[in-house]
Amino acid sequence: MAFVEKKLPADAPVVDKALNWVDSRFPLTKLWNDQWGKYYAPKNFNFWYIFGSLAMLVLVIQIVTGIFLVMHYKPDANLAFASVEYIMRDVPWGWLVRYMHSTGASAFFIVVYLHMTRAFLYGSYRKPRELIWLFGFAIFLCLMAEAFFGYLLPWGQMSYWGAQVIVNLFGAIPFIGPDLSLWIRGDYVVSDATLNRFFSFHVIAIPLVLLGLVAAHLIALHEVGSNNPDGIEIKDNIGPDGHPVDGVPSHPYYTFHDIFGVTVFLTIFSAVVFFAPEMGGYFLEYNNFIPADSLKTPSHIAPTWYFTPFYSILRATTSEFLFVVQAGVVAYVALIWLTTKLPQLLKIAIAAIALVAIAGMMPGALDAKFWGVVLFGGSVMILALLPWLDVSPVKSIRYRPDWHKYVYIVFGIAFVALGYLGVQAPSPIGERVSQVCAVIYFGFFMLMPWWSAMGTFKPVPKRVTFAAH
Amino acid sequence: MSIEKQVDSGRRGLLVATCAAGGVAGLATAGALVSTFQPSERAKAAGAPVEVDISALKPGEMQTTEWRGKPVWILKRTQEMMDSLKKTEDKVADPKSEKPYTMAMPEYCDKQTRSRKEHSDILVTVGICSHLGCSPSSKFQSGAQPSLPDDWNGGFLCPCHGSTFDLAGRVYKNKPAPQNLDVPPHMFLSETKIIIGKDEKGEA
Repeated sequence: MAFVEKKLPADAPVVDKALNWVDSRFPLTKLWNDQWGKYYAPKNFNFWYIFGSLAMLVLVIQIVTGIFLVMHYKPDANLAFASVEYIMRDVPWGWLVRYMHSTGASAFFIVVYLHMTRAFLYGSYRKPRELIWLFGFAIFLCLMAEAFFGYLLPWGQMSYWGAQVIVNLFGAIPFIGPDLSLWIRGDYVVSDATLNRFFSFHVIAIPLVLLGLVAAHLIALHEVGSNNPDGIEIKDNIGPDGHPVDGVPSHPYYTFHDIFGVTVFLTIFSAVVFFAPEMGGYFLEYNNFIPADSLKTPSHIAPTWYFTPFYSILRATTSEFLFVVQAGVVAYVALIWLTTKLPQLLKIAIAAIALVAIAGMMPGALDAKFWGVVLFGGSVMILALLPWLDVSPVKSIRYRPDWHKYVYIVFGIAFVALGYLGVQAPSPIGERVSQVCAVIYFGFFMLMPWWSAMGTFKPVPKRVTFAAH
Repeated sequence: MSIEKQVDSGRRGLLVATCAAGGVAGLATAGALVSTFQPSERAKAAGAPVEVDISALKPGEMQTTEWRGKPVWILKRTQEMMDSLKKTEDKVADPKSEKPYTMAMPEYCDKQTRSRKEHSDILVTVGICSHLGCSPSSKFQSGAQPSLPDDWNGGFLCPCHGSTFDLAGRVYKNKPAPQNLDVPPHMFLSETKIIIGKDEKGEA
């Protein structure tokens, strides 16, 4: 087909002509309209729907401040700690850039956890949004990797011993484990080689993947359309103009809605950056103001707060707890055999896998350390299965049986309790509580195919619940 | 006419061969990149034995030295500390050190004291917890205290996940750490001088 450029009148404004010139060569206007300008989003969004935009904002803050930090930072075990102090003391406004970056890391997780809570509440991961959820899950993994790799860079005590513990997690894998952790570290201990490769991952490898995933997350979202607090599909009800009657174009409506959210967020963010950048040791841990010492572990070592729910599960897995896990596996297989109509072959396969796992948990087989790592990894990975675990006939919590809300509250309490215990020093009572919470955490997900369909569901409205304001 | 009929099988064969050759080259390149992650020759070369002077070490005291980038503890135990090992014998998970962590205990070391017989009071051990590699802290004071059982006999507590070890570096039962602390090859050059990473059999 021959190239045809739309003809604009000779007296058209220069801007229009320029845009027309570009649009004929690159779908600029089309991209804008598809992704935001004429993207029709449900009109009943509530405040839970601000966190996607905020996550985008924090991503930009992290990338921009990160670029400037790299200009002054030295990824060298002998120089790294001093170069961070140099940024803090000698680089003009360096302290601000660094505090924005360190606060941004915690802000990212706060925003993303709230973003995920929204998806939990309104079933935003359900069909047809499974891929949006999976891309989002991959983004969450990337964020965890970014946070972990980035935390080594200041080369403080917590950086060093945190990396030591996490890299050694891989050492628990049978047969290949010790060689694998050696391969990750590039040395027999966490050292300059480790610092350099973590720097490379933190500043280039993961951010590239992350940006790609964010693009995929948004393209998938704008393809299938946004969910909303009622959990109904606005595309099922198209108006005469060809757009959903319950939808409004993102621009200008959600542009201004989001700008308001951004101002509120930035107010809080700035308050933290200027008045409490360490946040009482939660955003920046005090032990990290001591240079890395390979001979001495700080007396209290804990990961930064956003990892602690999963970390608690790791800590809760003692050889005693494995008996509970074994009992849980037996009960779970029995439940599958007795209540599901899965093909016989699949049931046998599940039972066989369970049998191997139970044998592996026997005293003298694979030790508790390995199973701790399995449960730790499993507690994160199980999130990916959510779209297939939830079989409730309605998406939104609004139309679920009331007791479902208590299930979510109990899960939420268990998750927060795990997070709290993860920052505390190990104690016998804390260990018991985190074991109970770990059971609740896994129970919530593993039993979801059963409980999410139980109870009396409320009728779902045809149109979204919306009062003009 | 079906698609298959239009395919020139000679060209299709060449296409497959080209893809295979390209794939091999790609895999080989990836292999090279993956290999750069291994410890460098320089890292492998570092690891020589270290000599330590313990003339200033008093009974009940511990000194820490660095060997292969890891802390090595040299603990001079008092008679009371030595006696505590008999009490912990049935509380530890592996009293005979049959499951080594990264290195088997040298056979010239006693099973209970985990030290050389001619200097049984001197414990030489790598201060790295077999759970996830933190360095445990010294808790030599016996009796009840935070994070420790009430009948504590003195030993080490790992701050990361609460594993406890007795004064011979043996891990207590039902703790996250699966194995005892490593005892590296070592020997006495004189009454006050120890070499770590080397014994009568040569360098480790």
